[in-house]
Amino acid sequence: MIEVVRAGALTTVQDLGRHGLAQLGVPRSGALDEPAHRFANRLVGNPESAATLETTLTGIAVRLHATATVAVTGAPAPVRLDGRPAAWGAAVHVPAGSVLDVGTATHGLRSYVAFSGGVEVTPVLGSRSTDLLAGLGPAPLSGGDLLPLGTPTARPAPIDAAPLSAPAHDLVLRLVLGPRHDWFTEAALAGLPKARFQVATASNRIALRTEGHALERAVHRELPSEGMVLGSVQVPPDGRPLVFLADHPTTGGYPVIGVVPVADLAAAAQARPGASVRFVPIR
Amino acid sequence: MRVMRVGTRALLVEVGSDGEVQALHAEVIRRRATGAMPPVGEVVPAARTVLLDGLDDPGALARDLAGWHIPEQAADDGALVEVPTRYDGADLADVAAHWRVPAAEVVKVHSSVEFRVAFCGFAPGFGYLTGLPERYGMPRLATPRPAVPAGSVALAGMYTGVYPRSSPGGWRLIGRTDLVLWDPAREPASLFTPGTRVRFVPVDR
Repeated sequence: MIEVVRAGALTTVQDLGRHGLAQLGVPRSGALDEPAHRFANRLVGNPESAATLETTLTGIAVRLHATATVAVTGAPAPVRLDGRPAAWGAAVHVPAGSVLDVGTATHGLRSYVAFSGGVEVTPVLGSRSTDLLAGLGPAPLSGGDLLPLGTPTARPAPIDAAPLSAPAHDLVLRLVLGPRHDWFTEAALAGLPKARFQVATASNRIALRTEGHALERAVHRELPSEGMVLGSVQVPPDGRPLVFLADHPTTGGYPVIGVVPVADLAAAAQARPGASVRFVPIR
Repeated sequence: MRVMRVGTRALLVEVGSDGEVQALHAEVIRRRATGAMPPVGEVVPAARTVLLDGLDDPGALARDLAGWHIPEQAADDGALVEVPTRYDGADLADVAAHWRVPAAEVVKVHSSVEFRVAFCGFAPGFGYLTGLPERYGMPRLATPRPAVPAGSVALAGMYTGVYPRSSPGGWRLIGRTDLVLWDPAREPASLFTPGTRVRFVPVDR
């Protein structure tokens, strides 16, 4: 069992999400920086599908009711164990009763905290992830919450390489054009590689929203709702593209100019509001 | 049929009508179940499209799709769900005025149609149901309600929907059901899935 001492700005339980249910309107959800989530689990000896805690900017503090191995990955942040500095990006032995504190990220946005045995809240539709769009899974954490841990299945990995997401003050996202790029003007498409956007503060687990530049549409009729994939760059009537992240709606009625490959989404998940964003079309 | 690439792992197949979407979707489900197409992660029908996501080789499937024979869907194909409905919605009178009929006629028309779940979206278990003739289209509210009660039966555009849980909404409310459409702890979680046939049955309370 772990007890939340300080929940931070927004901390949720995340695993690899819900799959195969999009036709019912169920978003995939799951860790936004999936490589960091998987790495945290490997460090503590968990399968990569075990649930971790995803923090937002200001970290979290938890008291462990039983001894466990813990690892913090994703956005780098000061880690303290009962007030003393502990390692980030490595397995840390935490005795029963100790408080693990993950501070404010030094860069990036989302840190992942894995516990040996994994966070074992009751799964909903095959996943323990909190889905903020559909309201599935456990609510975001609050101070005083108690979360069960599972039984460790393996020893912590002796050596592993930290997948460091690039510090994202200049986020470059590759973009596979389509399916609705022909709804935009030639000028909007030709100018896209040089267009500068900024990450908007309204960004969340549903989408990375942008501001600073608008993409001009050539087709102004309404688009009947169609299915959306992870990484879809949807352009609402204000012309400001948004990149769909894990909690994205399964269908949408605005044209998708292109799709960001999944490999680029971890960096998108770590970009802070105000960071510059560019889209580079690829074939 | 128009087949569009979506990123590196998906295809969006666009057809001309709601009926063609349902026939294509049924064919995808049939081929998926019999192994007559490559593995696909998500199959998401919508108004004029079917999205196929999680494909290893979308290019190869895009070429194959052109040669698919897609049989028309039989009218009685698919599970039937009956929705006991109290036709006492807050917008029933407005719908009657828009249709230029008495309120009782709205109930008669709506409960005599066999609907089909064209697709789901907006919220888990929220189905977009087609079946009403075109003359019964209904514009959305100009200002959505901040909270529509769970179980509300509502109209918008050519669609009928039932709110699976309380949420904001701009659809016109014509009635309410106690049927639980969505329960993640139940198997199946959703009574409405694409292709489900639906009838609304008037009840007094």
